[in-house]
Amino acid sequence: MTEFLSVAPQVLFGQLLVGLINGSFYALLSLGLAVIFGMLNIVNMAHGAFYMLSAFLGWLLLTHTGLGYWWALVLAPLTVAALGIALERCLLRHLYRLDPLYSLLFTFGIALILEGAFRHYFGVSGQAYPIPELLKGGHNLGFMFLPTYRAWVVVFSMAVCFGTWYAIERTRLGAYLRAATENPTLVQVFGINVPVMISLTYALGVGLAGLAGVLAAPIYQVSPLMGSNIIIVVFAVVVIGGMGSILGSILAGLSLGILEGLTKVYYPEASNIVVFVVMALVLMVKPTGLFGKEH
Amino acid sequence: MSIHSSVMVDDRERRVAHPGRIAAWGLALALLAIAPFFLYPVFLMKLMCFALFACAFNLLIGYAGLLSFGHAAFFGAAAYISAHSAKVWGLSPELSILAGTACAAVLGWIIGSLAIRRQGIYFAMVTLALSQMVYFLALQLKFTGGEDGIQNVPRGMLFGVLDLGKTLNMYFFVMAIFVIGFVIIRRVVHSPYGQILKAIRENEPRAISLGYQVERYKLLAFVLSATFAGLAGATKALVFQVASLIDVQWQMSGEVILMTLLGGMGTLLGPVVGSVLVVSLESYLAESGFPVMVVIGVVFVICVMLFRKGIVGEASGWWEGRAGRKAS
Repeated sequence: MTEFLSVAPQVLFGQLLVGLINGSFYALLSLGLAVIFGMLNIVNMAHGAFYMLSAFLGWLLLTHTGLGYWWALVLAPLTVAALGIALERCLLRHLYRLDPLYSLLFTFGIALILEGAFRHYFGVSGQAYPIPELLKGGHNLGFMFLPTYRAWVVVFSMAVCFGTWYAIERTRLGAYLRAATENPTLVQVFGINVPVMISLTYALGVGLAGLAGVLAAPIYQVSPLMGSNIIIVVFAVVVIGGMGSILGSILAGLSLGILEGLTKVYYPEASNIVVFVVMALVLMVKPTGLFGKEH
Repeated sequence: MSIHSSVMVDDRERRVAHPGRIAAWGLALALLAIAPFFLYPVFLMKLMCFALFACAFNLLIGYAGLLSFGHAAFFGAAAYISAHSAKVWGLSPELSILAGTACAAVLGWIIGSLAIRRQGIYFAMVTLALSQMVYFLALQLKFTGGEDGIQNVPRGMLFGVLDLGKTLNMYFFVMAIFVIGFVIIRRVVHSPYGQILKAIRENEPRAISLGYQVERYKLLAFVLSATFAGLAGATKALVFQVASLIDVQWQMSGEVILMTLLGGMGTLLGPVVGSVLVVSLESYLAESGFPVMVVIGVVFVICVMLFRKGIVGEASGWWEGRAGRKAS
């Protein structure tokens, strides 16, 4: 086991790990998009901006108040979720009766406001966020070096993804949620407060993006551009996976991340566009997406 | 069917030359012709390029109901091709612009035939993703010059005789392109084909049941829209003598959406009004140092929350409402 197609195993496994990390972020973000889409029937164009906002909140907490990573991991996603609730209650709520394209344009405007403001105050260059003390260092597995923080990101985001899947597919609250997705009026008749549920769903979706943002902060640099860079790829992932299924969006996110990592090893020039190429192929063969259903 | 034919009659009446209408067209043309003697000509050329871009975009969103989030791909690709063919191949300006426009048409056919397989929000996401692919290609291919773009593009001699290096010559060339583009788009909108597009927008299953091959109509609309977006981009590259990554970025797609939304989707003059406002606002803000992106975002939010029909749409609605009250 020294070489795979003339590539050193260190390089191969190193890039596979990078792919797995990216895939975890794709999975968290596309999961959030799918949860929001299922309940609100809108595409949240501001998803990348919330991801970026949360990473910045973590960085600001560290530099201004000295609160470290673990505080950020709790506080930043909660703040983003609270902002999401405020946005949904005050503005987004008025757009549900209209063509979903309007809510798409609305959230795009929000994304521009957030990204523009951070660009204005922090410039486009990235800020470094240190890895927390507890997760520093790594292990030599023989065939590759595994940094502890990266292992933590993969394990933790997978746990969050499958926790969310369990909550939606296997619990009573999740059953209400799925029922309200199918027929909101009927669920409301049964005495469940659907508008509150919609707000909480939006908060959950953007909160997941916030969580991804804090997780990403020590790996990538914290920069105003990080949101729009990743979200367009996530949209392609969502088209490939189809937003109909929670599990589908998680699997699509992970596998496309790994595919991207592999492309970096064998044909680096194409690594930026491989997800889009896969999307084009899926559109030709199965336009509804791999796990999607026709609406 | 009765609704359909009444629309056609209404349309035919409208096409009969009306003295007021002719006067309005003449006045608009005269104003365009004397404008460069009072205002900065390069700014006016920029306005016309973006107005044509927005009109092309509006053909798709306003009349076919398809929201493309990737029109920068056509605008930018055409800019690159026309800049490259003018600078490296030494083609004349009219041929460079034709080459850029043709490239946008082909790209529009490729992206369009993939994107029309999905509808609504998925259509928006597919076009956004595919245009991002074009962006990465522009970033990595050799001929596009990466971060620098293609600079110092020669404007050349139009038909071998007219020196476009002179600002006024360039201005009237751009004005001719804009007016011709606008007239063709207007003609498409008022043609039977345009009526079928509107029928598909209003009720796609019904249009299918009437026997229209919806996919083909949508694809043609997409290709036409991409072609005119390309014409605008190719012209822009010669006006500013540069093609760069800014032209293919997703922000450019967002800007053209805003121009159309602000002016009024599905109105002929809306995109022109919207692009004049957005481009003027941007050049004003560029001097003030205020973050342009934030202002653009705020205008987006205000448009969607308060006046979804856009300025021209709301104004004509108000005018018709007033006329209706007078009649009764």
